[in-house]
Amino acid sequence: MPDLNPISLWQRLLAAPNDSRGKTLTMAFLVSFAAALAVSSAAVLLGPRLDANREAERRARLEALIAETPGLAEVLPGTGIDSLEVLTVDLRDLSLADALDPAQVTDLTPEDDIAGIGTRPDLQQLFMARDGRDLALVILPAYGQGYQSTIRGYLALGPDLNTVVGLAITEQGETPGLGATIQTPGWLAQWPGTQLMDETGEIRVAVVRGGGTTNYEVDAITGATRSSNGVQNMIRFWVGPLGFGPVLDALRSGDLP
Amino acid sequence: MRAALKPLFDPLLRDNPVTVQILGICSALAVTTSMTTALTMSLALTAVLMASSAVISLIRHHIPAQIRLILQITIIAAMVIVADLILQAYAYAISQRLSIFVSLIVTNCIVLGRAEAFAMSNPVGASILDALGNGAGYSAILMVIAFVRELLGFGTLFGITIFPTVADGGWYQPFGFMLLAPSAFMLLGLLVWALRIWRVEQVEPAATHVDREEALS
Repeated sequence: MPDLNPISLWQRLLAAPNDSRGKTLTMAFLVSFAAALAVSSAAVLLGPRLDANREAERRARLEALIAETPGLAEVLPGTGIDSLEVLTVDLRDLSLADALDPAQVTDLTPEDDIAGIGTRPDLQQLFMARDGRDLALVILPAYGQGYQSTIRGYLALGPDLNTVVGLAITEQGETPGLGATIQTPGWLAQWPGTQLMDETGEIRVAVVRGGGTTNYEVDAITGATRSSNGVQNMIRFWVGPLGFGPVLDALRSGDLP
Repeated sequence: MRAALKPLFDPLLRDNPVTVQILGICSALAVTTSMTTALTMSLALTAVLMASSAVISLIRHHIPAQIRLILQITIIAAMVIVADLILQAYAYAISQRLSIFVSLIVTNCIVLGRAEAFAMSNPVGASILDALGNGAGYSAILMVIAFVRELLGFGTLFGITIFPTVADGGWYQPFGFMLLAPSAFMLLGLLVWALRIWRVEQVEPAATHVDREEALS
């Protein structure tokens, strides 16, 4: 009859020679278990605070975008972004959904994947503000591959759904001093007024070297061509046919509310 | 009394982990462009060091020799993740600026070095004092370097303007080089040099001796 009394088992473990196989395995297990317990309890206990912090960060960026875009704050009644309508839409068939679902994605072919994101989540959230019953503003989330990081941002479009009224970069890890310039107010200030498409619906928006000459062009950052192109391709993808293009069309024609 | 506190005071100057043992310099370069991030990093490292030294010293008689490094790293890694989560929960803005450097405390040689060299063979109380001393020694060097870099690089200390910069209508032209990592290398080198002029016993014997006659023959 083996002795199963936990106290005497524990004493036998402590008394066992450190290099015995049983003690080595038991110590490895106990230490890993204690470490796992500490990490998971911290993650669970602090989880709500962490989520709240990330959400607050996202809101702050969106609010900054609204505050920095001329004429936008007046359009929004009440308290900033709380008055924005949130539309969760399925990009496959333009049906409305209740919540985002990161599990539903569409694989992109290399030719289509100009933003370098691999797969596109099908459910996307966009934000809208109305002036009376007319659309005053639509804010699209966008992300894509930059030079060495994923660039995330929000693109705000005016009532014609073709004129950029503001661009905010919420996350990027580009080279400080070079590519990271995409997040500076000075560079972002070039975007308001830029047109996305010409009359035929072709996407013309571009980031070009040596200063843009047309309404579709924005000046690239010297020495950071790939970060500049990253922003251009991200915008081109997300307003294009595989991004929010169909949604924008539906909003223009009134098929979406 | 003095002997008991030796583990606490020795690492401050006489056996400083950064300037004497040249450990932990990766983070000393990375987070010292501002006093605030340097202080946060110092506190995080000291907390992790104290907690891991205490735990490792507590179970030191039962750590099998073959797997001792793995067990130490497991304990340290768990402490680092907890510290990182606490920072993200209660000091989100600073944790964003420190980015990956808090999680990289786990690879900081000071932490594993103290676990292996001290906590494995000393009682809990002395191990905690040793951890506190080494944490303070590391922090002191970080604060000195961050002081110079932030003051010359931005004209500020803890974000408070000391020298009004030209961009803000003042007179001070910021010394941009101070914001790049090589400047921290140079400052650290100058600091080590100055300390070793003052305390000659810290100079290491040359690693290789080449006999001049022999080399010429």
